[in-house]
Amino acid sequence: MSQTHGAHDPATAEEESAIAGTSLLPRIAGRFGKTLFSLVVTLFGLLVVTFAIARLVPIDPALAVVGPRATQAQYEAVRTEMGLDQPIPVQFATYLGDVVRGDFGRSNLTSRPVIEDVRSAFPATLELATLATLLGVLLGVPAGVVSAVNQGRWPDHVLRVVGLLGYSMPVFWLGLIALLIFYGQLGWVGGPGRLDVSYELSYELDVTAYTGSILIDSALSGAWDVFFNALTHIALPVFVLGYFSLAYISRMTRSFMLEQLGQEYVTAARVKGVPERRVVWVHALGNAMVPLITVIALSYAALLEGSVLTETVFAWPGLGLYITQALFAADLNAVLGGTVVIGVAFIVLNLLSDLLYTVVDPRAR
Amino acid sequence: MTDMAFKADPAPTQRWWQRRAVRRFLRHRLALFGLAIIVLLVLACVVGPYLLPFDDLYIDLRARFAPPLTGSHIFGTDPLGRDLAARLFMAGRISLLVGFAAMLISTVFGSLIGILAGYYGGKVGAVLMRFVDAMLSFPSIFLLLALAAFIKPSPIMITVIIAATSWMEITRIVEAEIKSLRERDFIMAARTLGLSNGQIMFRELLPNAMGPIIVAATLTVARAILLEAYVSFLGYGIQPPLPSWGNMLNGAQQYLDSAPWLAIVPGVAITLAVTGFNFVGDGLRDALDARSDIA
Repeated sequence: MSQTHGAHDPATAEEESAIAGTSLLPRIAGRFGKTLFSLVVTLFGLLVVTFAIARLVPIDPALAVVGPRATQAQYEAVRTEMGLDQPIPVQFATYLGDVVRGDFGRSNLTSRPVIEDVRSAFPATLELATLATLLGVLLGVPAGVVSAVNQGRWPDHVLRVVGLLGYSMPVFWLGLIALLIFYGQLGWVGGPGRLDVSYELSYELDVTAYTGSILIDSALSGAWDVFFNALTHIALPVFVLGYFSLAYISRMTRSFMLEQLGQEYVTAARVKGVPERRVVWVHALGNAMVPLITVIALSYAALLEGSVLTETVFAWPGLGLYITQALFAADLNAVLGGTVVIGVAFIVLNLLSDLLYTVVDPRAR
Repeated sequence: MTDMAFKADPAPTQRWWQRRAVRRFLRHRLALFGLAIIVLLVLACVVGPYLLPFDDLYIDLRARFAPPLTGSHIFGTDPLGRDLAARLFMAGRISLLVGFAAMLISTVFGSLIGILAGYYGGKVGAVLMRFVDAMLSFPSIFLLLALAAFIKPSPIMITVIIAATSWMEITRIVEAEIKSLRERDFIMAARTLGLSNGQIMFRELLPNAMGPIIVAATLTVARAILLEAYVSFLGYGIQPPLPSWGNMLNGAQQYLDSAPWLAIVPGVAITLAVTGFNFVGDGLRDALDARSDIA
């Protein structure tokens, strides 16, 4: 199989010559160590930023606890108890320790530990983002291939415009308009929330929370009426987010495919008499999939971000809605805790895509 | 080394104003379409408010929730009876201005860091680029929201915050460009001539990296307009009574059934503006470098 080098390949020339001749495992290990290092650095940066925000905002955490009518002595006592009289580096070290132990403090809004709130909200976001990414891959990759094969002709133009529109529409606005048309006017789908109100009770009674994902849980519990109702509710946000991810994935697929189709091995395969369909969908796409994995992981991470606004519009009880509601209530612990968790998910996805890249890269074999 | 060495290096890269690129841009139908959208929108926002019989802040409680094309309210009115068209154009001034200003700040800052990192390379470059990577893997919408929610949001503050979360892409592009330009003969010539580092960076390298910078800057305007819409939609961006396209959508959701135009009109404006900039950016990229279609 021919070797192809993408312009986006993160491995530099020195790296390549250094690892030439080594087998797959040490290479992954080396890559892993390097990535792990940058992961730690990035994580540290993330925590510095959240800590800085917490100290910079004009909200006095001690005052927020004791209230405006507390005496000076009470206020001082709470300040000492919260460690706010310590020097900033000490406070930061304490914060680091807390975060490592998963302690993000208590939410003023729900008066539960932030980590518990996050744990119950995260599966809903994950469910949404996963289905949307699936949709984006299933439609976006073929769209990108068709676009590349027909470069400059009308299918390419149509698909590119559709893609660019997905890039350009505010995702929350698309959600609003979709709600207006498909829920308000046509009544094809369920409205905001995860279930109709009439199904809430049977959800409580019949569905065991195995995973926190409403579709999986209701299917596992055999509560098919709940499952189908949930399906009508999740469809719209999934399509809205999926369109967004489709736009990105199809665009990247197109350019990777164009690059592959210009390579010599494609010509060679054609000359050999390999059917054109096989050349495009097996040979070229196979090689284009290598960089595409990174793109898919990135778009998955971007959907975690996009979920903030989508969840707000669709009243979807995930992390995004949790963070926006915490923002409205000036609930600093919840906002920063949620941000750190999303940030960690983001960084871990980056790491995973990097590792997968090493595994599937044909040069590693 | 003799004088000959300096003359032997004609224009090392295609500069953006060169004829070929312009011609290719003008052949790019989508890009021209995008340019037309932008020009029309800017014109409408600049001139529009003078042509309409309504002031954007004039409240007429007898004309609340008028649907589009009621009398002289071409886009209808909002829950306070203010003319939606007048608000849309005034909001456009703010939104476009925030978009442009954020683009300027992030382009200047991003290019500066990119040039420094690319030119000096080594440890300085590595540290700067790791910082960029860290910022890039930070979910920027949360940073944006957290900052906007807890810092008193003025239009200038919002612009700065948006710029603060948008400069990294440009830095990456510029750094890569400068790194490859640095090895060219004309830079060697400039060094031999005794030009200072500053002169080499800003007189020699920067003009040659202008193409990718312009493409990235165009796409940054689109991104900044979207980001403003996101924060303002949630109520943390531009604060009323100052209208922006984003904050016009804030509150539109509760009238989605009864007055859908409140959501449709500003959303279409945002989509048009962002589409316009994305089309132009795409066209510029195709015109300046046919090969690199990779975002």
